[in-house]
Amino acid sequence: MLEMALHVRRGAFHLDIDCRFASEWTVIFGPSGAGKSTLLRLLAGLELPGPSRGHTVCVVLDGEPLTDSASRVWRKPGHRQTSLVAQQPALFPHLSVEANIAYGLRQEGRDVRLARVAEMLDLVDAADLRDRRPRDLSGGEAQRIALARALAPRPRLLLLDEPFSALDGAASDALLFRLQNWARDKQTQVVMATHDASDALATAAEVALLNRGHLAALGPAVEVLAAERARLLDRLNPA
Amino acid sequence: MDWQALALTLKLATVTTAILLAAGVPLAALLVLGRARWLAAVEALAALPLVLPPTVLGFFLLVLLGPRTAFGREIASLLGHPLAFSFSGLVVGSVIYSLPFAVQPLVAGFAAVDPALVDAGRLLGAGPARLTTSLLLPLGKRSLVAAAILTFLHTVGEFGVVLMLGGDIPGATRTLSIVLYNQVENFDYAAANRTAAILLGLSAVALAAIYLGGRHRGGSRA
Repeated sequence: MLEMALHVRRGAFHLDIDCRFASEWTVIFGPSGAGKSTLLRLLAGLELPGPSRGHTVCVVLDGEPLTDSASRVWRKPGHRQTSLVAQQPALFPHLSVEANIAYGLRQEGRDVRLARVAEMLDLVDAADLRDRRPRDLSGGEAQRIALARALAPRPRLLLLDEPFSALDGAASDALLFRLQNWARDKQTQVVMATHDASDALATAAEVALLNRGHLAALGPAVEVLAAERARLLDRLNPA
Repeated sequence: MDWQALALTLKLATVTTAILLAAGVPLAALLVLGRARWLAAVEALAALPLVLPPTVLGFFLLVLLGPRTAFGREIASLLGHPLAFSFSGLVVGSVIYSLPFAVQPLVAGFAAVDPALVDAGRLLGAGPARLTTSLLLPLGKRSLVAAAILTFLHTVGEFGVVLMLGGDIPGATRTLSIVLYNQVENFDYAAANRTAAILLGLSAVALAAIYLGGRHRGGSRA
């Protein structure tokens, strides 16, 4: 279970969220600029608001505090068993696909590393890309590898920020299906940010509707996204 | 041609460059990766020799390392000789004087590495040392070359600090810049021309290497 209390100001933008995500898979749905990426970066520990007035960041995963600005707790990004896959894959350009995926497995022995890389490549259906360099990958391939790299250390919390934007619909659905099975199997909690209603409806057990930095609704996808669902159906059946 | 001075100058520049690269890489990485406010003061301090007149720096070091201060006396008792007017003293002065020429290209090169890559490395468990060796250095390696060349050249050409701190001792502190100064003072313009040509040639070749290297790699600048 992921609990958070986030009250952060960035210029004119205010992020004010108090909630808990109990579902294995939660979708944060909202338009661009709603604060989805900022929220994920705070959860990942990449943003560390200063001790100035009005800032409160508290993130608790399965009862364990990852960030608590009040008591100056801040686990470093690599020490909170949390992975983040952003829209931009950010693959290390000077390393092969294999080395990129193995980057977070330094503590493991060589055999475990190789086996884990092979497992991840199979999971994202990219076994043939193992020796390639990032510059030789398409946008969709790079996103697959970024996902494999994030999953390789087997995080407890997986944060996805529009991670399949460069994949076509069928490929995205297939990868999402495999990822859901993998996360369930490894007991990894997933929080996925998207502004695509079809992505949200396809995956979500729980949807957090974010609007201008505020949580507008939290609940089952069919309830929270009822209006979006109706809009999509209208587009498919204009008559 | 004063071959002894040329050899000493190259030795001083080589030692200074090696020390500054070894110290400059972690310092630059700290400045780029760190978030603490006091790092701004460190960055300013590292840039201070850029604006400080070399003679002022040389004078401060001469006093600090000489027998007038407890620090200077302590150093002298440890080494068995004072640092001032010795090759070791020149190295200390050169390291401080050329510090910004090593740190600033490195900071610029490291800061140019996409922050998203650094974030990805952090999320995958890399600490500052691994981020530096596995990401900043390989992706900013051109800045390392630039830092090495600029530091080397700046040390080859230094005059004020050398004269203040080292004086003019053949084989110990007499560098090419001092030789050139002496030749001009003695109206030996032919010899001064040759010495100046060597200093000019070194600078031109090294700078050409930096810029040609940049074009060859597609023009990404450090």
